[in-house]
Amino acid sequence: MIKVLKSGFYDTIQDLGRLDFQEFGVPISGAMDHYSAKIANALVGNTSSEAVLEMTLLGPKLEFQHDNLISITGADLSPSINGIAINRNKAIFVKLGDILCFGKPKLGTRGYLAVSGGFKTELSMNSRSMCKNITNAFKIKTNAILPTLPFRIKNTPNPKASLKTHPKHFSNSTLKVFKGPEFELLSPKQQDSLLHYNFCISQKNSRMAYQLVETLENQLKPIITSLVLPGTVQLTPSGKLIILMRDCQTTGGYPRVLQLSETAINMLSQKFTNDYIHFKITN
Amino acid sequence: MNSKLPKYKLTYKPYGAHSILIEWPNEIDENILNNALCFKRVIEKKEIKQKVYIKLSYSSLLITYNTAIRNIYDKISQLKTLYNIANDFSRSPIKLWHIPVCYDTSFGIDLERISTQNEISKQEIIRQHTASIYTVYFIGFLPGFLYLGGLNNRLHIPRLSTPRLAVEKGAVAIGGNQTGVYPNVSPGGWNIIGNTPISFFVPNTNPPCFAKSGDKIRFHSISKLEYDTIKALVKADTYQLESEVTFD
Repeated sequence: MIKVLKSGFYDTIQDLGRLDFQEFGVPISGAMDHYSAKIANALVGNTSSEAVLEMTLLGPKLEFQHDNLISITGADLSPSINGIAINRNKAIFVKLGDILCFGKPKLGTRGYLAVSGGFKTELSMNSRSMCKNITNAFKIKTNAILPTLPFRIKNTPNPKASLKTHPKHFSNSTLKVFKGPEFELLSPKQQDSLLHYNFCISQKNSRMAYQLVETLENQLKPIITSLVLPGTVQLTPSGKLIILMRDCQTTGGYPRVLQLSETAINMLSQKFTNDYIHFKITN
Repeated sequence: MNSKLPKYKLTYKPYGAHSILIEWPNEIDENILNNALCFKRVIEKKEIKQKVYIKLSYSSLLITYNTAIRNIYDKISQLKTLYNIANDFSRSPIKLWHIPVCYDTSFGIDLERISTQNEISKQEIIRQHTASIYTVYFIGFLPGFLYLGGLNNRLHIPRLSTPRLAVEKGAVAIGGNQTGVYPNVSPGGWNIIGNTPISFFVPNTNPPCFAKSGDKIRFHSISKLEYDTIKALVKADTYQLESEVTFD
């Protein structure tokens, strides 16, 4: 078990989400950056679908209540154990009573903590991903106890193995996208702006959606409520672009002009307010 | 009876690397809904090689495969073949659900305003709202939020210009030409006319919503006392929601 001595800015437990219940209006959820979450699991010998802790910019303060093997990936949020800085992207042994802390965010937005065997928090509708109306808790709070499995030495992966998030995952501002269902309804001028502007991420960014600052001139009317996915870029009547993320609704009524690739969703998850991005069509 | 389905001219579009969007003519029409439901059932039955997730809205299906689509043209031609074999047999029986609603003004906080704005008495709003049989088109917006068709013209009223931050669970409301029930507390801009003690979304029950696309809903008016009684029964998990099987 792990005790949350102090919660961070926005901590949740996430796995790869719940795909089975979309037709009931249930968001998919899951780790915002699948890529970093999968690396975290691999480093401690877990399968990729185990639940990890996702933290946002300012991480939590945690106390281990038994020995364990952990790894930290994704954003560099200055992790330390008992006050001594530790490396990301490698498996680390921790002992009962050790305290894991985070400091200044140095690179990226979302960090991941994996533990050997995965977090065993509430399982709801085949997933542990925290989500409003689906799980009882939708955010980790101070004093919460996070269940983990007793650590077994035979599960230990090769401690010399290393797996690392590519630096471009954080630095690259080009998001690979597909044309969305309503892309062809845009005028040539709109298409051109969409693919050539540098867009700034507004402060309205969350696990549900990222809104962009720059607007496109727009005469497109809303569509009748239709289907959307994480990574769908919607164009509102006022010309604002909204990129749906992992906790998005299953339906929406704005034209869907682009669709982010999986890699692009993962990369965008590591960006924050005032970061710039641009879209590049891929086939 | 094996009646042949009317065939529509459908468009097939790739949607990201894992999904295909199938679109019917862009209308809210029960024939389109039934046609899409038949197609959905055939895909679910015949697509055995790979796990698929199928979502439905007014006039489209979104099919998501569990791996990236390698050859989009092959996949689309497979789907076209399946559409050609879809027939009325593919339909599943539908249910008509009787939903108790308390239209007391303590719940129906916008009844007074709708009455003034649409020049219709409160009794008449309730009479009209409970007279129609609504069709469940699909579930979206929130877990368990049913998109219902069939609202009487006289009850159409625009959404609030500023949405409320917290609409109560069970609120029965009207937004434009649609009516619906908020399955949980949520922000919302629809006009609230009553509240139902029935839960529209219960996580970890199978299925989590009692109603499905194609089903019918009818509301009936209950007193505040009946509301409290049903609410207690729902809480104790002993309330039996009334329904009847129909094959319209």
